[in-house]
Amino acid sequence: MKSMEAIRAQFPILSRTVNNKPLIYFDNAASTQKPLLVIEALDNYYRQSNSNVHRGVHTLANEATVAYEGVRDQVQNFINASSRSEIIFTRGTTESLNLLAYSFGELLNEGDNIIVSMMEHHSNIVPWQLLAKRKKIEIKVADIHENGELNMEHLISLMDEKTKLVSVAHVSNVLGTINPVKEIIIEAHKRDIPVCLDGAQAIAHVPVDVQALDCDFYVFSGHKMYAPMGIGILYGKEKWLDKMPPYQGGGEMIKNVSFDGTTFNELPYKFEAGTPNVGDALGLGKAIEFMQQFSFTEIMAHEVAMTKKATDILKDTGDITFYGTAEKKVGVVSFLMNNIHPYDAGTFLDKMGIAIRTGTHCAEPLMKHFGIMGTMRASFSIYNTEEELDAFAVAIQTIKSIFE
Amino acid sequence: MKIQEKADAVAEEFAVFEDWLDKYNHIIELGKDLPSYDEKLKAPQYLISGCQSQVWIHASFENGLVNFEGDSDALITKGIAAILIRVMSGSTPDEILDNDMSFIDGIGLREHLSPTRSNGLNGMIKQMKLYAMAFKAKEQAK
Repeated sequence: MKSMEAIRAQFPILSRTVNNKPLIYFDNAASTQKPLLVIEALDNYYRQSNSNVHRGVHTLANEATVAYEGVRDQVQNFINASSRSEIIFTRGTTESLNLLAYSFGELLNEGDNIIVSMMEHHSNIVPWQLLAKRKKIEIKVADIHENGELNMEHLISLMDEKTKLVSVAHVSNVLGTINPVKEIIIEAHKRDIPVCLDGAQAIAHVPVDVQALDCDFYVFSGHKMYAPMGIGILYGKEKWLDKMPPYQGGGEMIKNVSFDGTTFNELPYKFEAGTPNVGDALGLGKAIEFMQQFSFTEIMAHEVAMTKKATDILKDTGDITFYGTAEKKVGVVSFLMNNIHPYDAGTFLDKMGIAIRTGTHCAEPLMKHFGIMGTMRASFSIYNTEEELDAFAVAIQTIKSIFE
Repeated sequence: MKIQEKADAVAEEFAVFEDWLDKYNHIIELGKDLPSYDEKLKAPQYLISGCQSQVWIHASFENGLVNFEGDSDALITKGIAAILIRVMSGSTPDEILDNDMSFIDGIGLREHLSPTRSNGLNGMIKQMKLYAMAFKAKEQAK
């Protein structure tokens, strides 16, 4: 692996200060920072190639189209999809899930059900709730164990002949749990139930091979994998995408339009109405290039080491409750300092230049399950260092002494 | 004392702190000095929604003056509530409604006014003004 210095040098933001302290960014599960090549890709696109894609005959339009469609190929390769037409550009995980809930949801009938889990992000709950209201379907919720692992027995027991989709997180944003998605998919497929994986928290941290997983849908955001905000992906098996009606209507998604009737474009364009977000898509392509400097073995080893050290620091501090202690997890540590409100602790950490996330993490049902109002969450990335954790240790001690 | 005078006094108190830690310790101390808040008033209708910590504000109206009480489960938020209560309590509804709250800048709490979803300062001010508005309407209806 490259030296840490060389990695950090690729992220301009890491050299800034916050409240006169060097920035320590431990909020990577919310959004990662952007490497220089991503930032430059945006700059370069708007300086050199900006134009609308697919339609124009002029040079700029051609350049933009080639570059944009090139990213689709990169994404296909990155997640090992079998065809480029299975890669739909969206604004992010949330839009991908809303697209699915709307469009796949059109295939559902009253009385059908969808299974999610207790650890889902609101983005993998609310679109289904809207669908449930529209189509009079039921949402079933799979339980979790106290250590933050999915209760597989319960999940499987919820599957019945009316189940039309299982939609679960590949990795939990609060607990860091890596769910046994392969097993879920095998069990669901035995019953002819398709599976959607919310990969928002997985895509930058564990290898994703949609063909090996055999998942029916896989959704993720660019901004959690070093790409700009506003670009994301919906992967769907062609057989499903073909069946699904379009989500939004407009330019680009049509073949012919007349007032007697309109025919829709082929995949993937059927689901990409309007002018796409070309600039950010190009940023996503560069983010993939950035990630491909590393192997997932390296990434995971680094993040596991960070997680272990962070956990040890907190254990040494004492009076800490951990949430999410699954055997298989990514670099996410959710915890509470007993008797100290996360908002207070988070505010003080910020004063010391350390960015963590506090609150419910858009997973209120999970907070309710644990009977808490929120947690503190430190989440790590490829550019975080052991030295940053040493500073974190001092900061946590300081906070503890303030409140004692 | 008028709102601005009380606010100036708070700002003066904070001016002595150069270190953020001292400033925050003082905010927390102010919160601890708040009179104890009736548990019965920790009802949903007194809860300020939209903040990471739970904060409750309750108001009463006597002799033409509004009095506030409040509480929070986070100490910094409670301290901020204490400052607002100290500055706003004992004022007429009109005084509260007419104040542009610029004193917050003077105390150095502007960072808590950012429209993020995490803090309750905006919500508290809004709620206090709503109370003032309601009391004013009640008085005019008499």
